[in-house]
Amino acid sequence: MIETLIGMFIVFMIIGAIIALETTDLLSAVISIGAIGVAVSICFLLVGAPDIASTQLVVEVLTIIILIKATIRHDLVTIEGDREFFGLTVTIALLFILFVYGVKAFSSLPKFGAPAISEFQGAASNRYLYSGFEETGSKNILTSIIFDYRGIDAFAQLCVLFAGIWGAFAIMRVQSRKRKKKG
Amino acid sequence: MLYTLCFLLFLIGMYGVTCKKNIVKMILGFLIMEYSVNLFLILLGWRKQGIAPVIEDSIGPDMLITKSVDPLPQEMVLISITIGLGILCLMVAIAIRLYQKYGTFDITEMNKLKH
Repeated sequence: MIETLIGMFIVFMIIGAIIALETTDLLSAVISIGAIGVAVSICFLLVGAPDIASTQLVVEVLTIIILIKATIRHDLVTIEGDREFFGLTVTIALLFILFVYGVKAFSSLPKFGAPAISEFQGAASNRYLYSGFEETGSKNILTSIIFDYRGIDAFAQLCVLFAGIWGAFAIMRVQSRKRKKKG
Repeated sequence: MLYTLCFLLFLIGMYGVTCKKNIVKMILGFLIMEYSVNLFLILLGWRKQGIAPVIEDSIGPDMLITKSVDPLPQEMVLISITIGLGILCLMVAIAIRLYQKYGTFDITEMNKLKH
């Protein structure tokens, strides 16, 4: 039941992705991306990840705002057509080969509905689930993982986020900062 | 089956990154790849009739260990989504600067060092 539902959502996302990449109007492409993001958020809600779903929804709104800011004033010339024919053909052939071998690789993964933590009792997630409330006092196990068990990991990743936004500011700055004259 | 569909979505995003001329379309392809990878990681942790990893009055830790979905991919994806926003800011900033320099989003016309 839930598998069919998620499958339908992913098909919807594939259609949205093709529309986003093939339409000539940049604004409709950005709105299609928004539709894909909302579908991803609903999928997260269906598979038992409500925290991720709310985060995804908030980030999606910000993404659309940033992309519209980037495109709305510059949408002067619509660029049509792909790159030259030979390169396009080679790329699509390579993507197809990647698809065939990737589908083969999926047979070695645990099946949908039977994750690795149900087979291996000593997995780290089992310990987090069992003693997370006792050791950290948080009723939401996700919070205890992010802020306690893997806190340094999360801190380092947020440093990457800070570096990215810092780089964006450095690139967007028009005038360089002038030094104050002495005396 | 669901994994295959996710992979198809990933490959569509990769097609956008590699084959499109417009730099905004390349950014959109990158976003599609990001979405598909996040969804794939979350789907890997799904258990049949699974519940969210939250302790409630009727659900204790010993019940959680048999019923809950895997919380570790969720933690990774939560931070990955946030970082994706920072990366998007950086990409859009570079795209806007390139537009100001060359007057177009078309990457095939950005082949000159001087302008």
